[in-house]
Amino acid sequence: METIIKQKIRQVKQGDQSAFEDIVNFYQKKVFQVCYRMLGNIHEAEDMAQEAFVRAYTNIHSFDEKRKFSTWLYRIATNLSIDRIRKKKPDYFLDAEVKGTEGLTMYSQLSDQNPLPDEEMESLELQSYIQKKILSLPEKYRSIITLRYVDDLSLQEISEVLDIPMGTVKTRIHRGREALRKKLRDL
Amino acid sequence: MSCPKRYIEMMHKYLDHEITKEEETELKDHLMKCEVCQLHFHELKRTETLLESPPHVQVSPNFTEQVMNKLPKEKKSISYKKWLKGHPIFTAAAIFFILMLTSAFSLWSQDGQLTVSKQQGIVIEDDTVIIPEGKVVTGDLVVKNGDVIVEGKIEGDLVLINGNLISSNGLLASAGEVTGQIEQVNQIFEWVWYHTKETFRSIFSF
Repeated sequence: METIIKQKIRQVKQGDQSAFEDIVNFYQKKVFQVCYRMLGNIHEAEDMAQEAFVRAYTNIHSFDEKRKFSTWLYRIATNLSIDRIRKKKPDYFLDAEVKGTEGLTMYSQLSDQNPLPDEEMESLELQSYIQKKILSLPEKYRSIITLRYVDDLSLQEISEVLDIPMGTVKTRIHRGREALRKKLRDL
Repeated sequence: MSCPKRYIEMMHKYLDHEITKEEETELKDHLMKCEVCQLHFHELKRTETLLESPPHVQVSPNFTEQVMNKLPKEKKSISYKKWLKGHPIFTAAAIFFILMLTSAFSLWSQDGQLTVSKQQGIVIEDDTVIIPEGKVVTGDLVVKNGDVIVEGKIEGDLVLINGNLISSNGLLASAGEVTGQIEQVNQIFEWVWYHTKETFRSIFSF
């Protein structure tokens, strides 16, 4: 796959825009997941993921082909997400929590056409619970935890993506993991 | 709680696949004896599993399409290039044709003035070239943007570009004599065709 992607990148560099479509298709899921873990909101995550691909396209000439394309892409996506967190304005989305309620989102205000089966509901709840706990981590731990688990990045790769020394990555991942261990213990 | 911190460190190293063989055996030995650390390790592994399961969110089906729409427009020259690269023979033919056409057009529109290929033995009145009675023009005669009255004789071809062969009394007839062919070129496409023909003739005649 890596060689196919490399070839596609070369085509994009030569100005063939249609070759970029395959790149987006191949990486969209992971990039979107990275943004979602960072932001915790589907709409924002999708916006940021799209923006990440647009930036990747416009800056494709600065990509060094000897490196891994995915890590370069994650770098753009995490940086955009971090920026987004920092200048976050209060936006209203359907899945935003309704004020004064515990875990009720705007979706619950809409009539439910087809209720989810119990099993699916449970895994959905578990997932949103995990997501909530990840979001409760400070941003510097969140980004590392995200990259570690979304695409099983090695500590070395995380250090490259975030431009942070290896030692710092290690301590942060340990602390982040310990924090989540305590938060997810009662599940 | 009396366990040294380094066991916790080892657990994390284990999870990050950075543990050495010796450390791993040391950790295992310790876990066999210490229930507190065992629980800690179990919780960490469970956390790991929970985190590894991907978030329950789906990217919208038209994601790629939306990204492609947001991209800056591809430079036109590049898409031409792409096409031209795929059709080299056609490209060569098109370039040749364009060059030919432009040279022909430029020759056509060079001037609206009367031009005659030979000067000797002929009389020019306004836009009319007259070969007077008794005169003989040897070789081909090319007249551009003018009418021709032949009262004498042309020993060769007569080519009229944007003009007519007329008789002295205004009729389209000739009193004189042309030994070669008479060729009239009046339309731009005829001119182009004539020019093309001439070019080929000059290429293949030597």
